[in-house]
Amino acid sequence: MAIPLQVARRQPLRRPLSAPGPREWQRRAVDGVATALVTAAALLGSGVLLLILGYVVWQGAPALNLAFFTERPLPYGEVGGGVAPAILGTLLMLLVAALISVPLGIGTAIYLAEFGRGHFARLVRLVIDLLAGLPSIVVGVFVWALLVRHVVGQYSGLAGAVALAIIMVPIMTRTVEEILRLVPSALREGALALGVPRWRTILGVVLPTARVGVITGVVLSLARAGGETAPLLLTALGNQFFSFNLFEPMAALPVQIYTYAVSPYEDWHTKAWGSALILVLVIGCLSLLTRAVTRRGPF
Amino acid sequence: MQLTANTEATALAEQPAPALRTEGLSAWYGAHQAIRDVDLTILPNKITAIIGPSGCGKSTALRCLNRMHEVVRGARVAGKVLLDEEDIYAPGVDPVRVRRRIGMVFQKPNPFPMMSIYDNVVAGLRLTGESRGQDLDAVVEDNLRSVALWDEVKDKLRQSGASLSGGQQQRLCIARALAVEPEALLMDEPCSALDPVATYKIEELMEGLKDRYTIVIVTHNMQQASRVSDFTAFFLAGDERVGELIEYGPTDRLFTTPHDQRTEDYITGRFG
Repeated sequence: MAIPLQVARRQPLRRPLSAPGPREWQRRAVDGVATALVTAAALLGSGVLLLILGYVVWQGAPALNLAFFTERPLPYGEVGGGVAPAILGTLLMLLVAALISVPLGIGTAIYLAEFGRGHFARLVRLVIDLLAGLPSIVVGVFVWALLVRHVVGQYSGLAGAVALAIIMVPIMTRTVEEILRLVPSALREGALALGVPRWRTILGVVLPTARVGVITGVVLSLARAGGETAPLLLTALGNQFFSFNLFEPMAALPVQIYTYAVSPYEDWHTKAWGSALILVLVIGCLSLLTRAVTRRGPF
Repeated sequence: MQLTANTEATALAEQPAPALRTEGLSAWYGAHQAIRDVDLTILPNKITAIIGPSGCGKSTALRCLNRMHEVVRGARVAGKVLLDEEDIYAPGVDPVRVRRRIGMVFQKPNPFPMMSIYDNVVAGLRLTGESRGQDLDAVVEDNLRSVALWDEVKDKLRQSGASLSGGQQQRLCIARALAVEPEALLMDEPCSALDPVATYKIEELMEGLKDRYTIVIVTHNMQQASRVSDFTAFFLAGDERVGELIEYGPTDRLFTTPHDQRTEDYITGRFG
């Protein structure tokens, strides 16, 4: 195909590089305003967060002392006491909830990302989305009706852990599924072409490649569950004494905060702020710890 | 011309038993047919190049040879691929076993990013559960030497495979494919993401590997096909964008005296 040497066309407009015209001034103005707006939004958003954190520290710090971390709550009027049962209860219930929800959540995520197609997968996704949007009090009522009234027969740490696990599964599933989808299919093909079976490819290549994201998903769901109060009021109930028996009522930080906060006593209000500060610290440490452990990794 | 074709057919027939042979091979992606009725005989310890313009189905044909085509969602195959006269698409044949015997190297180097250089080489052995009782250090050294990478990486075997240059990564991927001791190696445009120096190294390497392996390489680079291959297959998409095998023969002959007008047009650069 011959290309004509000369084509009649307009000369390109040689706009001067400096000396902007009115359109350029207008564009610069819009640019400036838009930049200012998004910067303000970022400042406002993070500012509110910092304000909350700062206020919790300011109000909660006076409650903190060694006893607060090591002793059990005392009845009103007695000086001192702490929230140690609540700290341990929260950690224990989160651990049990993780044992239940991690296999379920990651398993479902693997199913959706690697195998899921067709009607059943769509149904699973719909259910997971509904579950994610389920008010946590409804989860609490359900677990109360099933475990507290029937299977276990009383308020218990196990019931609390189950309620937390139900809250964790959908969060974990959606985060981990998204992460697994980010793993390039070239890596899956690379393993399959070596004669590696599909299940080994997923466990040996896909999951390790996405491990940082997978752990982030687990921690996100732990953080969310760690702050839940409503379902625990109906399941774990709370406990003023040390208890490591999963079949008995168990203390938890959010429940402890609630108990202290709704009381009429000034001293207990301070303790509520102190407990809130500890809850923030526990969840913050959890995130920082995973960040430190999972620094390396492509995703 | 007819005579030449006959002698050529005899020459092919006199060769040792083919390593791989396709009979009426067709492949689809969903409703779209990518290749139609491909009959191709690949001889052992030779380098066979598949050339053709983009979209002619050459990569699809290659991926059918070790059942990697079906990994893509909605992909389908008809016809036969015979490995030692055994149809790899016969019912009851496990694709995992097929891929174990016919390895593959991809267009873009794909070392496993979370594994070290060392772990990448033995990844196939470990993930197929065959690493037990093997001297993995020796496997790593042997295979890295095979791809002329040993001297460049022997002091940093514990570093990530992703830290290497593109050409080194591709040689690492070849070492990884060789470590599971396949009979044949399929290479899907292995040099298209590499610079000329790295390309030259890979081509040099292929020459040395063909003593031990049967190699099939897809390339869009005709010079590369004529430099490295013993046999060349020319694919072209005809009506409805369905790829077909137009001509197949010894590389020297195909590039000097193509039998088909379309082959001649393509290799002389008249299209494609």
